Amino acid sequence: MEELSWGSIAARMFLQLGPVWISLIVLFTLSMTYKRRLGLYGKLYDSTIGMIGFGLVMFWVFVGVYGGPLDMLVTHDPLSQVSGMKNKPPGTPMRSPDEGEYAWFLLGGDNLARDVFSRLIKGAWVVVQIAPIATLFAFMVGITLGLPAGYYGGRLDTILSFLANLILAFPVILLFYLLVTPEIVLTGIPNYMALFLFVFPLIFMCILLNSRYYTQPKIRTPLLIGVLGGLGWLYLSLVSTDGSVVATPTYAIPGLPPFLDLFDIDPGILVVFVSVVFVNSPTVFRIVRGLAMDIKTRDYVAAAQTRGEGPWYIMLWEILPNARGPLIVDFCLRIGYTTILLGTLGFFGLGLESESPDWGSTINAGRRLLALYPHAAIAPALALLTLVLGLNLLADGLREESLRD
Amino acid sequence: MGLFILRRLGVMLLTALCLTFIVFWLTNLYPNLEKLAKTQGNFRMSDEAVTSFLDKNGYLQPMPVKFGQWLGVLPGWVHEDAESGEVTGRCFSSATPEGERSSFCGVIQGDWGFSTVFKEDVGGIVATRLGLTGKLMFAVMLVMVPMALIIGVLAGMREGSVTDRSLSTFSIASTATPEYVSGVIFIAVFASSAFGLKWFKGSATSAMENATFENFTLPVITISLYGMGYIARMTRASMTEVMTAQYIRTARLKGVKFSDIVLKHALRNALIAPFTVIMLQFPWLLNGVVIVETLFNYKGFGWLLVQAAGNNDIELLLAVSVVSVAVVLVTQLISDIGYVYLNPRIRIA
Repeated sequence: MEELSWGSIAARMFLQLGPVWISLIVLFTLSMTYKRRLGLYGKLYDSTIGMIGFGLVMFWVFVGVYGGPLDMLVTHDPLSQVSGMKNKPPGTPMRSPDEGEYAWFLLGGDNLARDVFSRLIKGAWVVVQIAPIATLFAFMVGITLGLPAGYYGGRLDTILSFLANLILAFPVILLFYLLVTPEIVLTGIPNYMALFLFVFPLIFMCILLNSRYYTQPKIRTPLLIGVLGGLGWLYLSLVSTDGSVVATPTYAIPGLPPFLDLFDIDPGILVVFVSVVFVNSPTVFRIVRGLAMDIKTRDYVAAAQTRGEGPWYIMLWEILPNARGPLIVDFCLRIGYTTILLGTLGFFGLGLESESPDWGSTINAGRRLLALYPHAAIAPALALLTLVLGLNLLADGLREESLRD
Repeated sequence: MGLFILRRLGVMLLTALCLTFIVFWLTNLYPNLEKLAKTQGNFRMSDEAVTSFLDKNGYLQPMPVKFGQWLGVLPGWVHEDAESGEVTGRCFSSATPEGERSSFCGVIQGDWGFSTVFKEDVGGIVATRLGLTGKLMFAVMLVMVPMALIIGVLAGMREGSVTDRSLSTFSIASTATPEYVSGVIFIAVFASSAFGLKWFKGSATSAMENATFENFTLPVITISLYGMGYIARMTRASMTEVMTAQYIRTARLKGVKFSDIVLKHALRNALIAPFTVIMLQFPWLLNGVVIVETLFNYKGFGWLLVQAAGNNDIELLLAVSVVSVAVVLVTQLISDIGYVYLNPRIRIA
């Protein structure tokens, strides 16, 4: 077996990613055909930049989903070390491949003789999993606090703005170094923060539905019971691990019993997740507050006030839908920023385990041998670059298209 | 105006106080103290040994008391050993003669404490490291600001042109490249043997004493690139807005040369928004500084932050956070005041 040339490495990677290309083609053909019926999403296909951005983002989403939970695409186990493959350049054949095993390391081996290509794909899943959800939570917190701050103003606004500025004045890296350590996990602070931050989606949904159907108790009551029950169960499963909400060496607060617990989150991931949400929400708060202050002077808000609508109805059903343009654009940008933050955490070796395949940790592991074997760090670096670039281009395309109407 | 600055200063002081208290609280949590005791003593210390070490060094007092001592509003702790009768305290060691022992020593008295990692006074360490980072930042500003303004003005001059499209894409790409990505790529391409271009050095350690083109370029470019895109986009946005204004159209209709319009009429009004952005960029640069100094092994302020946080060096970490919080708040204040001066339409009551 001989070493692969760059051309055949590219061809083999292209073939290996086959399912991703097929999904991309299907998605783009379908969306192009029906683009006039798809609202803002369809309009995206009128702008070249937006389309390129969306293509890049969806490429990594498909890679993440197929490579992560479905376990396709990968050529080797991302954690197993293969003898003789340490720091080998891209396209190196394996010494003695087993029957049916992929015979090459397409992007070479890292300093622990693991396959860089497979780790890249598994790393995409970590990002695709955490970044959008963390951003969504940050938006829930920011919206739920920002709307009343902007709408009511006054003392509430002063207090909330002061708190937001307080968090914003913290250098992000210092905050991460203080929060994302094993010692802090022991004190249970991340659990308390999770308890506090994750309750916001619950509050948001509750107010959203209550303010809309307040006048129709027959619909409202069962709807609220159903939604709150489901979300509450998810919330409790999210925050409780092994039957307790907060577990420190000295005391424990009991939570959902294990047989009702839907899923457990690794404490390392939880602390990363919580800190990313914590860092992002003040910025969202400021944006939402600014938008609310601007929109509350419009005529339709005055009309709703004259109709006698409640303040929460006006905030959530009059102001929020009219602020959606800038918020959607910021959402895309913020996912990119969250991806960068996750990479930063990995780069400093905080939070996730050192063997985790996420891009930041891989760059961190690869940078020590950068002068001799750059491939192990460059592959995840380029991956992160293209994903964030895609999100920024997508945001730019969306901004242009939403300004047009 | 005077009242506005005074009120801002008050809020700043309150913010700084709150933030330092948060840092103080987080670093003084018991697991962190235990880690500190074990790194200072040895890693196999028993729980009793840890407790007695912490007690001897005044770490087991209530949190507000400790914070007051650090600030210098409460007298420092004094510990008398039960067996040997040796007296130690926060403000003096057992060797200090009894008459010279002061009771208050905190930030207000100008004493920033003692670093447990470097075994030196915190004030001195922070000052030297800040000097080194200042050198780096100065070079970054020198590269970043002119480049960003030129790109922004060129792109905003003729909205929708090919120049605009390509320069805007470039600025988007640069904001999408965090320092640890661009730094890694730069080192691999320009400083490693793999590509064969050994133009620059991959480490900036030697730049601390003697910064040359060879060892300082890569770190400076790496930080500048990430910040540049954002400033350039803001400049472009404000430039395109100015270019559609009535007075620009009047000037064009009068037959003024296009270059004169851009340089004399548009530029001055277009630079108000970027000024604020450049000022608010300082706190972001701090982030970049930490990453770049770690990547290029340049032992400045960012490197100090990593060392202090990694070893839970409480007093050093507090000094570092005070400095970085001060940077954030002062730049915010400058940007607000500068905005008012540059834009006479805005008046703060």
